[in-house]
Amino acid sequence: MSAVSTEGAQIPEQLEDLESFRERARSWIGANLRPATADEMRWGRFGGSEEAELASVARDRELQRKLFDGGFAGICFPRAYGGQGLSPGHQKVLNQELVGYEYPARMQVPTLSPCATVLLEFGTEEQKLRHIPAILKGEELWMQFLSEPSGGSDVAGALTTAIRDGEQWVLNGSKVWTTGAWWSDWGLCLARTNWDVPKHRGLSVFMLPIHQSGVEVHRIEMINGSREFCQEFMTDVIVPDSDRVGEVDDGWTVGTRWMFHERMLYSSPYVSVPDGGRQAGTAATRVLGIAREHGRMDDPSVRDLVGEARMLEIVSDELMKRVTESIKSGRLSDQAAAIGRLFKGTTASRISTLALEVAGSAGAAWTDESAASETAVSFLMRQVGSIAGGTLEMARNVISERVLAMPRERTLDRDVPFRDVPRSRPTGS
Amino acid sequence: MLLALTSDQEFFRETTERFLVEQAPPNEVRRLQKDTAGFDADYWRRGAELGWTSFLVGEAHGGGTISGAGLVDLCLVAYEFGRHAAPGPLVSTNVVAGALSARDAHPDVIADLVAGTGIASWCAPELSSVPGVWVPTVEIRRDGGEVVVTGTVSPVESAGQAGHLLVTGHDGGGITQVLVPASAAGVSIEPLRTTDLTRRFGAVTFDDVRLPEEAIVGAPGEASTDVEAQFLRTLAILNAEAVGAMQAAFDMTVEWSFDRYAFGRPLASYQALKHRFADMLTWVEASHAISDAASYAIEEGSPDAAELASAAKAFIGQYGAEVVQDCVQMHGGIGVTFEHDLHLFLRRFTVDRSLAGTPGEHRQRIGAILDRREVAA
Repeated sequence: MSAVSTEGAQIPEQLEDLESFRERARSWIGANLRPATADEMRWGRFGGSEEAELASVARDRELQRKLFDGGFAGICFPRAYGGQGLSPGHQKVLNQELVGYEYPARMQVPTLSPCATVLLEFGTEEQKLRHIPAILKGEELWMQFLSEPSGGSDVAGALTTAIRDGEQWVLNGSKVWTTGAWWSDWGLCLARTNWDVPKHRGLSVFMLPIHQSGVEVHRIEMINGSREFCQEFMTDVIVPDSDRVGEVDDGWTVGTRWMFHERMLYSSPYVSVPDGGRQAGTAATRVLGIAREHGRMDDPSVRDLVGEARMLEIVSDELMKRVTESIKSGRLSDQAAAIGRLFKGTTASRISTLALEVAGSAGAAWTDESAASETAVSFLMRQVGSIAGGTLEMARNVISERVLAMPRERTLDRDVPFRDVPRSRPTGS
Repeated sequence: MLLALTSDQEFFRETTERFLVEQAPPNEVRRLQKDTAGFDADYWRRGAELGWTSFLVGEAHGGGTISGAGLVDLCLVAYEFGRHAAPGPLVSTNVVAGALSARDAHPDVIADLVAGTGIASWCAPELSSVPGVWVPTVEIRRDGGEVVVTGTVSPVESAGQAGHLLVTGHDGGGITQVLVPASAAGVSIEPLRTTDLTRRFGAVTFDDVRLPEEAIVGAPGEASTDVEAQFLRTLAILNAEAVGAMQAAFDMTVEWSFDRYAFGRPLASYQALKHRFADMLTWVEASHAISDAASYAIEEGSPDAAELASAAKAFIGQYGAEVVQDCVQMHGGIGVTFEHDLHLFLRRFTVDRSLAGTPGEHRQRIGAILDRREVAA
């Protein structure tokens, strides 16, 4: 079905062997990137100032450009589009060598995957040549215009509408949960192009610049004070037909692969991220830090909790490798990416709870200097990992129905024109 | 298990699977419940011919591997043992054979173990929550040209069937290991009860057992690293077997969910149950992943082997128990009857979970390993 598999580009010539690549990556990284600061190691924390965030974005663009110039951007992207034409094995080596160094964190998800991978699979030659090299150079940051306020999990029920007007389309509607849309450049947008057919058959995918009149970006404040998530309101946004990705009304074919890439997250061979593996140990190390600050590591019950966090982290890494490998070999369908998603979600929740438990009363009140600082705030946001990127309930449906082949849930929106599908509680009943 | 096997490994796994399907079907396992040894000598000898006892033994001692990674090959057998709740002293015999071979000790005993004509077991020290620290319950004292073994170890797998016992003891300063013939004067074995139908355990007491110094395996007082290696291999085998038992219970329950109808629908059509199956599949896959990763790390002697092994034992023990018990729940009443096969896997899983450290003990070890590494860093 797809032009691109998780194996990356097939280059007829001999690929550089992994050890020589490792040497090359190591010496380049040592000479060109600086070691990450403790703060950078913790990217993903919220609440930094707007100026600091914009400075980080600018720095990430610079870093991406450095990687591009050094020949380390887009390891699995074909050379024709500015990539390196190498294998997932090379990407893995790079990820290992990046441990402890600054890297362009904001360029990875969703810009390189799923957005650029979707372009790679479904874009026209012109679209690919125009955008993929620009992405790999750090010139374009992309966002997914996918979820809508009317429903997160029911993605194919999108209400954003695109109406054809000659050689262009007019888009109206609203998208939500776009992380950092306020500092991003392009949106990959799923929109309804036909209301008279069942919902999966009336969708199309478009790309559009985010900063233009007609797109209003609103930043959403979360319960931890973060304002990274955004909602966009599109009013009569004009998109040329040449910026349509995939066939008209066939957007669900694109969307299916889009969501596959989305579920791969940081396991995708198209993103560069320092191997979160066993030496780096992030979440469990944080739990350990809290335990130590309170001198509690001598307590066997606390060692048990710290050990549990570490266990989950290690198993999560190994599971992701196994699932990726199984999809590649065809042992499991690509829908099995939901297995990794489910495990990561439940694990993040559990580790958040473990941290709160180990923090003791510092979970109620703390100082900024404390290792337990913000532990309770993270706990307030605990369920994010089980909601964002597709809820765990959806993942469980996918696993049982698409991997175990159990009967599908009954739906009332499958074989009827989308305009006849109930979308809210009936009035007066 | 089962990812990226070589064709030789896959051929071997299939051969073992076929052998177990024929020789150890559920009714045979049930029959063996009343058998003193829990397995037939001829069955074990034929299994040894397939290679079950050779993978941890060097070629000089008549052993050999399929893939070059002997522990990984052995884990394929262990996995099939779990999937069939198969009889036989797989863990104990292999660990002892490997330990003797590593120290080039008692080649005649190794030959018997590899041939399947002899059985041996390890009288292991107690687990401490500090990795690398062992607490033997046996004292091994040197007295002139002799060693004197005193103390009790419990539980010891296949103690009543073993011709030889590899005993780990303290000698005042360090850790020493000796190979004790089960027939030696002063050795007594009290049989223990267990949940598994074919596994056998005993409490072994050494009452001033005197042996010539040649009984010592490895360097006296310096056996700590040997013990660690034996322990990690034990974990790998138990983990692979537990995963096999989990997989069997899970597969059986998925089948059942399609076959069993309630209120005019198969169980597999209920979302409340489908979601639990999704969790179970995730935990089964995660158990495979961590079991395999740990086996490879132990085989390669990688620095994180102990951490991975404990992560595997802790995770599989904790989450596997939930999987197997939820399989029982999905079956309803039939799932807790002796007639149904499900309990064979529940039994095997439960024994494997409790041996060589529970999930809680291993979580504590992981915590200690992380703590120690962060101090060093």
